[in-house]
Amino acid sequence: MKRIGMFLALVVLGGGVLGAADNPVLINGAGATFPYPIYSKWFDEYHKKFAHAQINYQSVGSGAGIRQITEGTVDFGASDGPMSDEQIKAYLDKHNSPILHFPTVLGAVVPTYNIGGVKASLNFTPEALAGIFLGKVTKWNDPLIGSANPGISLPSEDIVVIHRSDGSGTTYIWTDYLSKVSEEWRTRVGKGTSVNWPAGLGGKGNEGVAALVKQTPGAVGYVELIYAASNNISYGAVKNAAGVFVKADLASVSEAAAGAAKDMPDDFRVSVTNAPGKRAYPISSFTWMLIPAKFDDAAKRDAIKGFMKWALTDGQSYAEALSYAKLPKSVVDKELKALAKVQ
Amino acid sequence: MAVTATTVHGASPKAGSRTFLAKLRDGDEVARLVTFLFAMFVVLIVVFLVFELWRQSALPRHKFGLAFIVSSVWDPVFDRFGALPFIYGTLVTSALALFLAVPLGIGSAIFLAELAPPRVSDTLQFLIELLAAVPSVIYGMLGIFILVPLMRQYIAPALKATLGFLPLFQGPAYGVGLLTAGIVLATMIVPYIISVSREILLSVPRDQREAALALGATRWESTWKVVVPYARAGILGSVFLALARALGETMAVTMVIGSTPVISSSLLSPGDSIASVIASQFTEATGDLYLQSLVELGLVLFLLTFILNGFARLLIVLTSQRGSGLENA
Repeated sequence: MKRIGMFLALVVLGGGVLGAADNPVLINGAGATFPYPIYSKWFDEYHKKFAHAQINYQSVGSGAGIRQITEGTVDFGASDGPMSDEQIKAYLDKHNSPILHFPTVLGAVVPTYNIGGVKASLNFTPEALAGIFLGKVTKWNDPLIGSANPGISLPSEDIVVIHRSDGSGTTYIWTDYLSKVSEEWRTRVGKGTSVNWPAGLGGKGNEGVAALVKQTPGAVGYVELIYAASNNISYGAVKNAAGVFVKADLASVSEAAAGAAKDMPDDFRVSVTNAPGKRAYPISSFTWMLIPAKFDDAAKRDAIKGFMKWALTDGQSYAEALSYAKLPKSVVDKELKALAKVQ
Repeated sequence: MAVTATTVHGASPKAGSRTFLAKLRDGDEVARLVTFLFAMFVVLIVVFLVFELWRQSALPRHKFGLAFIVSSVWDPVFDRFGALPFIYGTLVTSALALFLAVPLGIGSAIFLAELAPPRVSDTLQFLIELLAAVPSVIYGMLGIFILVPLMRQYIAPALKATLGFLPLFQGPAYGVGLLTAGIVLATMIVPYIISVSREILLSVPRDQREAALALGATRWESTWKVVVPYARAGILGSVFLALARALGETMAVTMVIGSTPVISSSLLSPGDSIASVIASQFTEATGDLYLQSLVELGLVLFLLTFILNGFARLLIVLTSQRGSGLENA
């Protein structure tokens, strides 16, 4: 018995010493699927640099991410849309401390279409997009589309609207934009991860929408810029708030964030759709990490703060290779200051 | 096992302890108790399932009441939820699947059990069981890449040209829709019908066939008028097993149904089913009412399955009373 006791004591002691030297911190997060490729790259790279921090992330969707962080089953959440005031209040009531939003990268949503005989890149005005998705513009040769595309002869083909059937941050960004540019859309349909679509068919995921658009003559749908770029899907330009037709690319998406950065609210819950700026692509959005303002575990808090600091600075250099737009410097500076609020 | 043992002792009555011990030695009592506990486990799961679905759908049940089932608006933004289009889509696609799969399945089962040489029958049976093991997402993928274009370019125009006077085949054909979902579901459930029906037909006693043949029946007459009616209850059982699978199918349906909560008389129109909308919207559902409405949809699907299974039982009881020998098959 004595020897076993000695042995156990040694093991405990040894473990303690090793722990002090290495002290691995396990952090769990859950949320949005859209930033999953860059997040997993970040967690991987960060772990290589700082072996003590190990971050697990489940890409279960923004809604589930918000629910899990509110219930306290994960250390941080992630969402493509900012939390609503009610959700923030629910968190505050449960934890007695607020939840903070930190933008990490930017993404964009692009209109894609399939019109027989038209190979040229189309221009879409906000009025045309809202009209099409409200089911009011039903033919491709409608003057609302044609006036923005001089020199392209559009057929009298029926328009088939394709939208996401699953709840999605992509839909949130798309409907957020339509709500801003069309009063009728805002009052009749609104914005959300799923909405009551006035027209069209649903496809599951970016791939489902892309497959239906590709197969259906006269179809128009919307997919993430990353998905369109990595699958060579052609997409149209959209007229921005300054009246310029802009095709989405990493620079024009970052520009949208820079335009909004001037009057960025302190909680970072801002929509950058229809942002000002001549070169800004209007259907862009931040994606956020949701981090509690108060941690009980100091090791976890330091690890998360350390990671965020790295992700917002050095980590940004990994974004463009994965087709995410980088945060503008002004936003990064503001976030680094806000990180001090995490206690 | 420890739990079982204490239960056995706890249940042991003082007076009949000798006979009880004897029974215990024979293993009868142990087997009865163990299997009883296992069977109770199923009951427990069902009760727990209904309880949880009921508990977690309190908000929409109180807010909408019965309107949830009869309303056809599904609007997460303005918090209005109605299940009717999903109920309609679930019933229509499942009915279509049965309509297509039952003749095909029972026909193949009759061929495999009665007419095919044993070697052919066994090989085909093996292939059919393989089909039953293919994941539904594969059926969905084949559906979206092969059946949907075929549907839009050939099948739907042909149906509209020949049967277009019926309200069932009108309106624009997008390729995706109720009929496409029904066809994919039929493909998925046919292996179940064939596999189970074949076993049932094979278990019909030889005497029955010989008696029919001895009375001068042809081979087909003995199959169709004697063997099949004898196996009727079991075949119905296989059909309802297939129906249950069709009602609950999620992934394959989501990919080809068009996911639009509308009620249209046309089978070419897009629709949506209960299982499909739950799977699509659950992860991104924000707000308690929205989430709980999805849970209530689950409850509705459970009730729907319960009612249909009740009908199935009734049908089996009614048909077995008319002189089938395989009630328990």
